[in-house]
Amino acid sequence: MPIKSYLAHPHDGKKEELINAMSQLSNCEVIPAENKDLLIVVTDTDNKIEDEQLKEKIEAIDSLKLLAMVSGFDTPKSK
Amino acid sequence: MYTSLTNRRSFIKKMAVLSAMTAAASMFPGILFAEEQEKNLPKGGNLDWKKAPCRFCGVGCGVLVGVENGKAVAVKGDPKSPVNKGLCCVKGYHAVMALYGKDRLTKPLIKKNGRYVQTSMDEALDLIASKMKETIKDHGKDAVSIYGSGQWTIPDGYAASKLFKGCIGTNNVEANARLCMASAVTGFLTSFGMDEPMGCYEDIDHADVFVLWGNNMAEMHPVLFSRLLDQRLKRGVKIIDFATRTTRTSMAADKSIIFKPQTDLAVANAICYEIIKNGWVNKSFVEKHCNFSKGLTNMGYGLEDKYKFTDKPEKIDFEAYKTFLEDYTPEKVEQISGVSAKDIKYMAAYYGDPNKKVMSLWCMGMNQHSRGTWINNLVYNIHLLTGKISTPGNSPFSLTGQPSACGTVREVGTLTHKLPHGVVMKKEHREFAAKIWDVPVENIPSKPTYHTVEMFRALDRGDIRFMWIQVTNPMVTMPKLKRYRDGAKKEGRFIVVSDVYPTPTTDIADVILPSAMWIEREGLFGNSERRTQHFEKMVEAPGESMSDTWQLIEVAKRMGFEKQFYYKKETHIEEIYNEYRKHHDNKKHNMAPLEVLKSEPGVLWPYVDGKSTQWRFNAKYDPACSNGEAFHFYGKPDGKAVIWQRPYEPAAEEPDEAYPYWLNTGRVVEHWHTGSMTRRIPVLHKAMPHAYVELNPGDAERLQIKTGDKVKLTTRRGEIVLPASVNQRGVPAPMQVFVPFFDENLLINDITLDSFCPISKEPDYKKCAVNVEKV
Repeated sequence: MPIKSYLAHPHDGKKEELINAMSQLSNCEVIPAENKDLLIVVTDTDNKIEDEQLKEKIEAIDSLKLLAMVSGFDTPKSK
Repeated sequence: MYTSLTNRRSFIKKMAVLSAMTAAASMFPGILFAEEQEKNLPKGGNLDWKKAPCRFCGVGCGVLVGVENGKAVAVKGDPKSPVNKGLCCVKGYHAVMALYGKDRLTKPLIKKNGRYVQTSMDEALDLIASKMKETIKDHGKDAVSIYGSGQWTIPDGYAASKLFKGCIGTNNVEANARLCMASAVTGFLTSFGMDEPMGCYEDIDHADVFVLWGNNMAEMHPVLFSRLLDQRLKRGVKIIDFATRTTRTSMAADKSIIFKPQTDLAVANAICYEIIKNGWVNKSFVEKHCNFSKGLTNMGYGLEDKYKFTDKPEKIDFEAYKTFLEDYTPEKVEQISGVSAKDIKYMAAYYGDPNKKVMSLWCMGMNQHSRGTWINNLVYNIHLLTGKISTPGNSPFSLTGQPSACGTVREVGTLTHKLPHGVVMKKEHREFAAKIWDVPVENIPSKPTYHTVEMFRALDRGDIRFMWIQVTNPMVTMPKLKRYRDGAKKEGRFIVVSDVYPTPTTDIADVILPSAMWIEREGLFGNSERRTQHFEKMVEAPGESMSDTWQLIEVAKRMGFEKQFYYKKETHIEEIYNEYRKHHDNKKHNMAPLEVLKSEPGVLWPYVDGKSTQWRFNAKYDPACSNGEAFHFYGKPDGKAVIWQRPYEPAAEEPDEAYPYWLNTGRVVEHWHTGSMTRRIPVLHKAMPHAYVELNPGDAERLQIKTGDKVKLTTRRGEIVLPASVNQRGVPAPMQVFVPFFDENLLINDITLDSFCPISKEPDYKKCAVNVEKV
């Protein structure tokens, strides 16, 4: 059950567009910086396959210039 | 931990967000995530924000505390602090909640006929002073003692040392930093002649490679670890986790290397072997700035009462050292350590590459080690041989676990052998302290008495009859705990405990004093990078709670030391700090004036000509260097650091047929130390409500143990039953188990071993033999 955080850098002038696009994705929370062109993205998926699929969807967003992972935790499954 | 998965996941998500915010803040100073940062603040509040260092670990993050209507209601990272650049870890963000637990101690309590009864502070302090005088009269000065901690503020520790060493005349002053930092101190002293790191946190911004020696930074120092991750993002630095157990740090590192417990000694020597063999020695640095020495070996482990050891250093030459290392080829060490020769060479190559700046980081893994001083020496050897030291990014760096382990215990010197400047064994140091303290020099005994383990043994034997414990919880943290708990409860012992909450340690007290905590009083802490930070009193302490400093002053006056404890209530912190500064009035350790500390987010000592010193022993940065060379290790009489010949020796107790597993103990990210504060913060307590035992998945399968099953751990000291954790947060290597020590209801220290490093006297909490059974 991976939880990962990323820094997402938008293309120039595309910050709002990137926020909107990311907000449409499920299992994905977005925290935009107030005063810089940067977003924190936190993904919370059930397994590695879903995690990889979500990452592919994020990377496919046109307004995204760079996605860089900061931390990743593989949490226990519910028993 | 098994019933609150939702809370756990939300907690981990919060950690992930905090890591990202930390990384972002390093890339874009001043960046704001207002919505997230202010999510928990009261709406419409008119908060007064004041700066303080965080109350918890030794990183020393600068925080801003929001106060409203006399209550601390919020915390945010101080963007001006160069330590954390505006961020905190999850404990820091909730720090003020630790002030307001429901069972906060607010009245002094005295045990009468087996029950605690409330009394006035005056009566309690009178009783303490009279008991101390009576004990001294009946049993001598060395029958009274004080045991504090790295959570003591600088004035707390100073008042304790002055009262006991200077006025009463006993060296029975110790602190819990003996349990976590003493090997770092003796490592520094034996290698460099002076304590504390030569570098600072800014090294992180310059290093290319980080080697973490048994240091789970992702959980124990999350803000600093986020700075490492940020540097990987920006500059592609490498992080190598060298440990005995797979942790979150291992998962985040570029490479995880697992070694068998205790064999870090052999691996460090093998790295040095490789450095020499491959011609990576910085010859001019070593020739100009280093000596070679060896000490005694087969020192024992301190398991017996009144154990004594004094090392006998003997100078050797480079050739003798080189010959010694022939026993530590990577291939030979692979057999001892389980680390492949290839991985040893991999680490050595980074240290040996003249184009890579390397930072070594460590904390309890190297310090709580039955050869703790040696392993500290050996890591310094690597940096000295390659000349990778005292320059930005080249930094052997010992991290600390408490907010003022450095500032108070190490700098004020609240250990049996120490004085604020120097040691009790040296006449000139005693004379210097006595003059400032305004006491006859004869008052200060020239011999150290008891280090921590021996102090509690002395209490058990009856050599110590009175002990005052302030701001620490030894009835959770002492190894082989049962002996020391039973000893403290014996007839004829008188125990005073100053704390903020009931703990297993207040349970053994004859008098409990309620203490003012953190921002309920004025104080100063000193963090891991020599940064001294001031905080003012922001809120009133509850009930009759009183700062530990003022408790000591009141008792000192009652014992007849009004002349030495002349301080006024309104200004005593300033008066004490100004007096303390006199002990360090030199270029090697000068402390900043209080007015500077009040206006700055901390200052690194030595503070000379209005400037912090970031890299000591380097003439470019350190005004105390005076030998005309680029480097000057002025802690040693000849200005040279020491490369030590130290062998691998086994641990005091290793697995055998009856006890076939290794037991390792440590911490978790949610709780700070014994959890006496963080377990009263609901979100942290819910995230990690109790201790557990981590098993290797292969061992668990063989024993048919799954997560949540009850597991009995048995050592030669006793047994304990804990729920199992398999493949969850951390994964021990085969035939090893790990248990966190924060849970007072599951006291793992009842079964640990009280072996210690013979030089530092710091116990080895990481290694003893245990049997594991499914219940």
